[in-house]
Amino acid sequence: MEKKIRILVAKAGLDGHDRGAKVVASFFRDAGFEVIYSGLRQTPQMIVQTALQEDVDVIAISMLSGAHMTVFPRVLQLMKENNMNDVLLTGGGIMSDEDIQKLQEMGVGRLFGPGSSLHEAVAYVREWYEKTKGAKPEKENHD
Amino acid sequence: MDSKSFKRWQQEVASAKLRDAKFITASGDPVEMLGTPEMIKDLDYDRDLGMPGQYPYTRGVHATMYRGRLWTMRQFAGFGSPEDTNQRFKYLLENGQTGLSVAFDLPTLMGRDADDPWSEGEVGVCGVSVSSLRDMEILFDGIPLDKVSTSMTINSPAIILLAFYIAVAEKQGVKPEQLRGTIQNDILKEYIAQKEYIFPPSPSMRIIVDMIEYCTESMPQWNTISISGYHIREAGSTALQELAFTLADGFAYIEAAMERGLDIDAFAPRLSFFFNAHNDFFEEIAKYRAARRIYARRMKEKYGAKKERSWMLRFHTQTAGCTLTAQQPENNIVRVAYQALAAVLGGTQSLHTNSMDETLALPSEKAVKIALRTQQILAYESGVPHTIDPLAGSYFMEDLTNKMEQGAEEYFKKIEELGGVIPAIEKGFFQREIAEAAYRYQLEIENNDRYIVGVNAFQDKDEKIEIPLLQISPEVEKEQVRRLQELKRERDNNKVQSLLKELKQAAIENKNLMPVIIEAAKAYATVGEMINTLKDVFGEYQESTDF
Repeated sequence: MEKKIRILVAKAGLDGHDRGAKVVASFFRDAGFEVIYSGLRQTPQMIVQTALQEDVDVIAISMLSGAHMTVFPRVLQLMKENNMNDVLLTGGGIMSDEDIQKLQEMGVGRLFGPGSSLHEAVAYVREWYEKTKGAKPEKENHD
Repeated sequence: MDSKSFKRWQQEVASAKLRDAKFITASGDPVEMLGTPEMIKDLDYDRDLGMPGQYPYTRGVHATMYRGRLWTMRQFAGFGSPEDTNQRFKYLLENGQTGLSVAFDLPTLMGRDADDPWSEGEVGVCGVSVSSLRDMEILFDGIPLDKVSTSMTINSPAIILLAFYIAVAEKQGVKPEQLRGTIQNDILKEYIAQKEYIFPPSPSMRIIVDMIEYCTESMPQWNTISISGYHIREAGSTALQELAFTLADGFAYIEAAMERGLDIDAFAPRLSFFFNAHNDFFEEIAKYRAARRIYARRMKEKYGAKKERSWMLRFHTQTAGCTLTAQQPENNIVRVAYQALAAVLGGTQSLHTNSMDETLALPSEKAVKIALRTQQILAYESGVPHTIDPLAGSYFMEDLTNKMEQGAEEYFKKIEELGGVIPAIEKGFFQREIAEAAYRYQLEIENNDRYIVGVNAFQDKDEKIEIPLLQISPEVEKEQVRRLQELKRERDNNKVQSLLKELKQAAIENKNLMPVIIEAAKAYATVGEMINTLKDVFGEYQESTDF
């Protein structure tokens, strides 16, 4: 049976610039995902808590404040502590290639920089889902 | 216009082959192929344009415009520790910049000290870290505050940062009445767009009116609010939404101050505006021209302001950060140059040009210098500032300006129907309008209805980015925390506590908060301590999580 991918789109830290997070959330929703948007000013604890409560497949964090090297490792650690081994942590925002590489080595999924294609992000999550869960998610609406 | 030739032109166009492109503005509105006299047949020169420096100021707020004085070249700067930013300020002043503009980090913007758990990882990253007067003393060390004008981008804790500025000036022997500059202090746009709010809207408005009242009496050269469309646009609004929502915010402040019993002609001359310069060249120029005209008409006709200075909309412009691309970042120099030209043709009083690397990190010294030089080339080489409002009378430009004014009036009606700006914020009206516009714009890019060079057109597949990126060391945070803890040991803590109590009392009793905050600032009470005291009285705002 086909299942909708459940994704938490989260804004972490003090930053209030939610344009990117909302655009991504709308695009995922229109692509047929079940989207949970965290709202602003979320700590890593709050993000992981919501992910557990909502039983999501994916956590996507939007970061442009520069605090990504603090936030992503924390979330990753909390995910491990909660045995969320089958949940993907991905995200986007302003991060240097060097930082992206470091975060991916720690176990974070693909990270999308400025100017990334939303179609690509959707395709990436779908592909991950098929590979990890061995099931085909529901079809995208607007492709 | 000869109707026969017009018909013939229409026929020729109808049978001609046109480029396969969407002819829409950056806001998504259709663009006329040709301007004609027909489009502006009702335009009355004296009523709708007038002379520069005269009502309704469509052509500019000064009679001589840039022949009298060029715009202020004001580059926004702030990063790391107060020492780091102090050095950058001195560098910019040495390179011919004529005003300072301070960027604060996120903890400061949110009223949190460097040692607050929420501040971890964010100290000095997006701007300079300021927790107390001590940081502010370092920030302006060796910069004579009676000589420079300073702009501070700060909103929720604006009253505290202004108090710090007043206190630093006093230590330099400079009186409040000598201080020149602008504090952004536009809380309404925070709820609408940037979302760095702390208290609910009503107490926030009360704090702003306290500041207007204080500054009107004691700081006659200070711009008390910079009513900001910039962030509304960066959040994804259209040009028209930027224009309408910003002016609506401005009118809300004016009405709040008038309700307090302040004389409009005493405070209105010190209100200023801040707009974005986005990619669509003509639409941007029309936006600035319409803004001046709408403002003048309202101030005179609706609010009954008598002084000419009260009718004038003066504004700062920043080129649109959100238009810059991480791909082929050198192209951003060109984008910024066109946007700067639109701002100058639109008659801005002050301009910030973005640096090419800002989409990747805070600007490097070289990138900032190129951005400043872009303005200098425009000012001193292009000849553009020699004549005032050169696009006036252009059929296309005047039509676009009229459309902007009409569209804004329609938005004002909608806002009024919702009960005014604050109820409209609480109902999520602005937030929804902007989010929808942002999504539409992004879909246009995704679907290749809109080309962005380097992103979805003319890409360089093997591009390697080789511009130096400024990195903020984690040591900054450690040092700021250390300094703050040292301060808390050294200052007179009994005095601080008693002033915080006094602040709480003033908040409860509806007294003007400015005098007690200045005293607390001088006693080295921190931003976080003062904000937390006020949170006890006013509470914190939370918006709904709908998207």
